Amino acid sequence: MKKRVVLDKKAIQRTITRITYEILEKNAGCTEMCLIGIRTRGVYLANRIQDKVKDVEGIGLPFGVLDITMYRDDISKLRWPEVKKTDISFDVNNMTVVLVDDVLHTGRTTRAAIDAIMDLGRPRKIQLAVLVDRGDRELPIHPDYAGIECPVNDDEEILVRMIEIDGKDEVVIVKTR
Amino acid sequence: MNWKRKDLLGIRDLSKEEIVFLLDTAESFKDISRREIKKVPTLRGKTVITLFYEPSTRTRTSFEIAAKRLSADTINISSSTSSSTKGESLKDTARNLQSMRPDAIVIRHGMPGAPHMLAGILDSSIINGGDGSHEHPTQALLDLFTMRDKKGRIEGLKVAIVGDIAHSRVARSNIFSLTNFGNEVICCGPPTMIPPHMETLGVKVEHDLKKAVKKADVIMMLRIQKERGGTSYIPSTKEYSTLYGLTKNHIDMAADDVIVMHPGPMNRGIEIADDVADGPSSVILDQVENGVAVRMAVLYLLVGGEA
Repeated sequence: MKKRVVLDKKAIQRTITRITYEILEKNAGCTEMCLIGIRTRGVYLANRIQDKVKDVEGIGLPFGVLDITMYRDDISKLRWPEVKKTDISFDVNNMTVVLVDDVLHTGRTTRAAIDAIMDLGRPRKIQLAVLVDRGDRELPIHPDYAGIECPVNDDEEILVRMIEIDGKDEVVIVKTR
Repeated sequence: MNWKRKDLLGIRDLSKEEIVFLLDTAESFKDISRREIKKVPTLRGKTVITLFYEPSTRTRTSFEIAAKRLSADTINISSSTSSSTKGESLKDTARNLQSMRPDAIVIRHGMPGAPHMLAGILDSSIINGGDGSHEHPTQALLDLFTMRDKKGRIEGLKVAIVGDIAHSRVARSNIFSLTNFGNEVICCGPPTMIPPHMETLGVKVEHDLKKAVKKADVIMMLRIQKERGGTSYIPSTKEYSTLYGLTKNHIDMAADDVIVMHPGPMNRGIEIADDVADGPSSVILDQVENGVAVRMAVLYLLVGGEA
């Protein structure tokens, strides 16, 4: 399969560092703030942002894991997607929630994630951080923090690989046809 | 794994892999019932009918709550208020219901095989909510879920099932699932309440309760099934309770971390003493809580995706 590397390991590190600084800049002091990663790779990204915040500010932000399967709008079209656990052990009421995902595309996953969080309480704000924004939105959703903007053709797919589950860090574009 | 079933008719049909997948799915649904907003939109626009020809508190409420927490619409039909009192056959009732396009029908019926018959003639998913003395698959699933939760495993356990084995669909379904996972199952009760050739199901038969519960990890108590003529198999409930009623003494003979289960409704003072039913080893109310999560998983897997 032909692939084109958009971000390598170093570039991903730099991008995460920049996103972290942007989050800190926008939410000065980051009081009552938390990170929620969308399964699967959003969780690892959120984890790295959490580490970075600790390095820079010395603050350990509350961290949660969100599975959006139950909130998908295409559930009846899928052949039984596996439901995994959502693990958010803190109260999201009045929090600034930073949602973290790997790729933002149609915006449907984000919509589902927002609904899922709203069912857990009433956060003060929800912000969205993504590593890659590939454009082509189907809903009025916009990221607050985007690593790179990377529009691709219809016959291409963006793959985010993370060392925690894929064995290496990279963002690549592959031809699907 | 890819779930392919339309219906849940019995636990005997399910592979170990399917059962574990179901329990894992239920794990994800359990948290929803503990939230302030106990609802997810997963089955929005789906319709679930509960069709009960036998009385029920737990199973029907549990299915209804499970469906509602997944945002499905639920309709309850009980035989006493349905046209079956006017002589309509089960088949006709079912076909008429089918015309209203429900996505799932949960049926409880006194006749073994009633859900299987419906599954053959209807497009809706059929879930067996108990058919006579045959099977009660969601009960066996919630029992397994509770064992896994409390014991950390569903293999290599010593499980004593005590009471009216002959008339109990709960016993039958649990025997199928527990032996499937290689547990040691001991069926205990008076000879009149244990069918001949039980051993062919891979269980041991023991008529002495003290021996049956010795070192047991799980004790599962059953109720005398008065509606199935249960009391005519014993001289008196007094004698039954003396010989087969579970007391604190029995708990002391079992494993240190034994759990006591009961599918309900309990006959306190007959098959189970008060201080055991309410004691520290009792997980009876955990079973009820887990029942909702397990039934959410069943509904999700049967009607959630594309057929």
